[in-house]
Amino acid sequence: MKEKVAAVEAKMIPIYIMGKKYDVPESLTIMKAMEYAGYKYIRGCGCRGGVCGACSTVYRRPNDYKIYTGLACQTVVEPEMYLTQLPFYPALRATYDFAELTGEPEQIFELYPELFRCVACNACTKVCPMDVEVMDYIAALKRGDIKAAAQISFDCIQCGLCASRCMGELPQYHIAQLARRLNGAYLTPRAEHLKTMVANIEAGRYTECLGKLKASDEENLKKLYTAREMEPASAGEDWTPKENTCL
Amino acid sequence: MPYPQELKELIKIVESTRAERVERKKKNEEVPFLSLDERKEMLNNHPDFKEEGRRPLKVGPSKNYRIAHEMCNLLEARSRVNPDDIDLSKIDYETDVLVIGGGGAGTAAALLAQEQGAKVIIATKLRHGDANTMMAEGGIQAATKGHKDSPYYHYLDVMGGGHFNNVPELVEKLVTEAPDVIKWLESLGCNFSKFPDGTLHTIHGGGTSRKRMHYAADITGAEMMRTIRDEARNRIADIKVIEFSPAVELLLNEKGHCAGAVLYNMETEEYFIIKAKSVVMATGGSGRLHIQGFMTTNHYGATADGIVMGYRAGVPVCFLHTVQYHPTGIVFPEQAEGILITEKFRGSGANLVNIDGQQFVNEREPRDVEAASIIKECIGRGKGIPTPTGKMGIWLDSPMIDMLSGEGTVEREFPGKFILYKRFGIDISKDPMLIYPTLHYQNGGLEFKNTGETKVPGLYVAGEVGGGIHGENRLMGNSLLDIMVFGRIAGKSATIYAREKANGSKLSLEHVVRYNKEVAEAGIEPEKVAPMLLPDYTSSSTKARQYTTRYLGTMRTFK
Ligand SMILES: Cc1cc2nc3c(=O)[nH]c(=O)nc-3n(C[C@H](O)[C@H](O)[C@H](O)COP(=O)(O)OP(=O)(O)OC[C@H]3O[C@@H](n4cnc5c(N)ncnc54)[C@H](O)[C@@H]3O)c2cc1C
Ligand code: SF4
Ligand code: SF4
Ligand code: FES
Repeated sequence: MKEKVAAVEAKMIPIYIMGKKYDVPESLTIMKAMEYAGYKYIRGCGCRGGVCGACSTVYRRPNDYKIYTGLACQTVVEPEMYLTQLPFYPALRATYDFAELTGEPEQIFELYPELFRCVACNACTKVCPMDVEVMDYIAALKRGDIKAAAQISFDCIQCGLCASRCMGELPQYHIAQLARRLNGAYLTPRAEHLKTMVANIEAGRYTECLGKLKASDEENLKKLYTAREMEPASAGEDWTPKENTCL
Repeated sequence: MPYPQELKELIKIVESTRAERVERKKKNEEVPFLSLDERKEMLNNHPDFKEEGRRPLKVGPSKNYRIAHEMCNLLEARSRVNPDDIDLSKIDYETDVLVIGGGGAGTAAALLAQEQGAKVIIATKLRHGDANTMMAEGGIQAATKGHKDSPYYHYLDVMGGGHFNNVPELVEKLVTEAPDVIKWLESLGCNFSKFPDGTLHTIHGGGTSRKRMHYAADITGAEMMRTIRDEARNRIADIKVIEFSPAVELLLNEKGHCAGAVLYNMETEEYFIIKAKSVVMATGGSGRLHIQGFMTTNHYGATADGIVMGYRAGVPVCFLHTVQYHPTGIVFPEQAEGILITEKFRGSGANLVNIDGQQFVNEREPRDVEAASIIKECIGRGKGIPTPTGKMGIWLDSPMIDMLSGEGTVEREFPGKFILYKRFGIDISKDPMLIYPTLHYQNGGLEFKNTGETKVPGLYVAGEVGGGIHGENRLMGNSLLDIMVFGRIAGKSATIYAREKANGSKLSLEHVVRYNKEVAEAGIEPEKVAPMLLPDYTSSSTKARQYTTRYLGTMRTFK
């Protein structure tokens, strides 16, 4: 048996939550540290895993004039940090009838004319906890390149931090959301095999097979299950099974 | 926290066997799958098979059903509201369809209800979209490639994964509606990963016979959720969203039909009455109950509220005797504890490796079998890796992926996890991850039919709060699918009910009065209240100093 890994003793460090001092274990995230200190979240907490954007937090380090930002569920506490939770940052969102859109850049310009107020200060990019190149996607949209904007903004979790720091007062993440939807629906080819499959199902192609399975007893189901032909992990797109029952 | 020196030493053992494992993978030489009998044997190591982990329910329509203590505690609790204190003649909101829960199932239901002509209110506990749906990474299943796959094979896989106990009507709906759901999402602008000609990328998941998992990089759920949420926001004239206002009790009418709910504004602590012609329950799962002390992947509000409310209103529960533990949750560093490492890592070639650097299980077994194998390796065989925080883990050898598919693959294909670990000073394209099973999914829930309806007229169910589709064990990618399939169905059915069948005028909480009485008669301590709404992470030392605060379950109260 290998020797045990030595247990790590948690060292306590002081942090300032909205100006008040608390001692918390040094290895915790800001979110867990605040809970440790006795806070109970209502707002400002969602996934606890860095994907929902609910927990934007703003902090300073001692003797450092800079404002730092991050996600409370992802950022580890530092000694003497001063921190504040941001309730959600208000930003204007346009409403539109998506089915009426077609993916022309002008449609974005019309819905979000403030796009052209961007002064290219790059504050948004610096503040983004997801390392999204925010200014770049805004710049891409100004050029009318929706596809590029959709790709660059893909990891955006809509935390609102970029909007909170924007000189031009843009709601960047709302604009990016529209860009991604336009890209997904209108600028990327739709899947042909999907259309075919839906049509085949509607035409009743699999109804009989499924009916038989549904009526099968457990024994028979188990037999069929065990005998399934498995698509090999390394198979290419064009792989076809030898057995073609119900294809 | 980066890996301490002791763990770095252990990683050297993993590295020493890596080249050889990569070679085997390239040649398609895999650890053989367990037979059905061997799987059964392995499952004895699964937490579901610890009889001391559960007990028979003492009250309600599924009395005597043996389920987890943590779930029993909630179902055996009395209501948060005192029915005598609530004035049901004062109605704060009125609508056609009330959707409880703003995750994937709830939002899909709202969209379809609106399309059928209903006015909709979504009442949700946190923000719209703060939900397990947002967190799903790996993908969504659907048989979309007719040259090799069909609903037939999908059906077989679902049944096999669920130990052949799934409700056949539900599975049939799931697999036949699946391609249409993907098509719907595509038309709404969801960016699934595709080849340049529009062909969807698909990969394997645990227990699939065909590569049928569609994905949007490694944030599939977020991409789906933000797309449909955006669409719901565009229909603001018909779909109202009330955030931070969980439902705490259903309202029935004098005929016993569902007719609304009591909402609780968590910030102002006010209660509100919503009257509705029909109700869709879509409150998601229960990971935050931390069943058997396990860590969890679930979001902050996953506390089984819908089950509590539905059960009190008379809907039986099913399949709650099984709970899904995801095989691979982060066990170190501690800050990220419980967070899910998607199955896609294994699908892309990463081995599970013990302290000796040996692979001990095929990485594509169904989830419960996979989780049981990991637990057995750690506890039964003593081959786990001890972590600095006193837990056990197994290596998930992510650097293999770059060796198999080219340098940069891990960073490109798993950007979310790559950044997460980077923040803690760990490069997962060079070092493996330490994982252990984590509480992930509520296999069971409220009983419902393939129309979404329940035993209580006017009450519909969609998503993780319902039970039966996945039998005793869900396969990856079938939940994102089920919430869309049954969310849409529930939205439609609830609207038709609202239009054609809803009748009755007087709101009532009589069922709660009866339930509270049943709880009291069963001799259950009066301290317990439910739904829980939010988990309680206050440390015991802090609690000890909160002299003026009394805890009722997890709720702080001054009474
Ligand atoms: C980390 C993670 C990864 C996953 N990966 C995958 C995957 O790759 N593929 C897959 O198919 N599945 C996956 N799943 C499972 C899947 O995401 C969920 O089962 C599914 O999204 C549940 O959807 P839902 O709409 O039923 O519930 P949720 O999306 O959880 O939504 C429930 C909503 O109800 C609200 N709510 C709760 N209680 C109340 C109340 N009392 N009143 C009002 N509102 C309330 C919540 O706040 C939430 O908004 C994953 C789950 C997790 C946690
Ligand atoms: S782009 Fe803006 S909203 Fe999106 S994650 Fe970055 S800072 Fe947050
Ligand atoms: S912060 Fe605003 S103004 Fe500055 S670069 Fe970003 S979008 Fe432009
Ligand atoms: S709680 Fe979701 S990003 Fe932090």
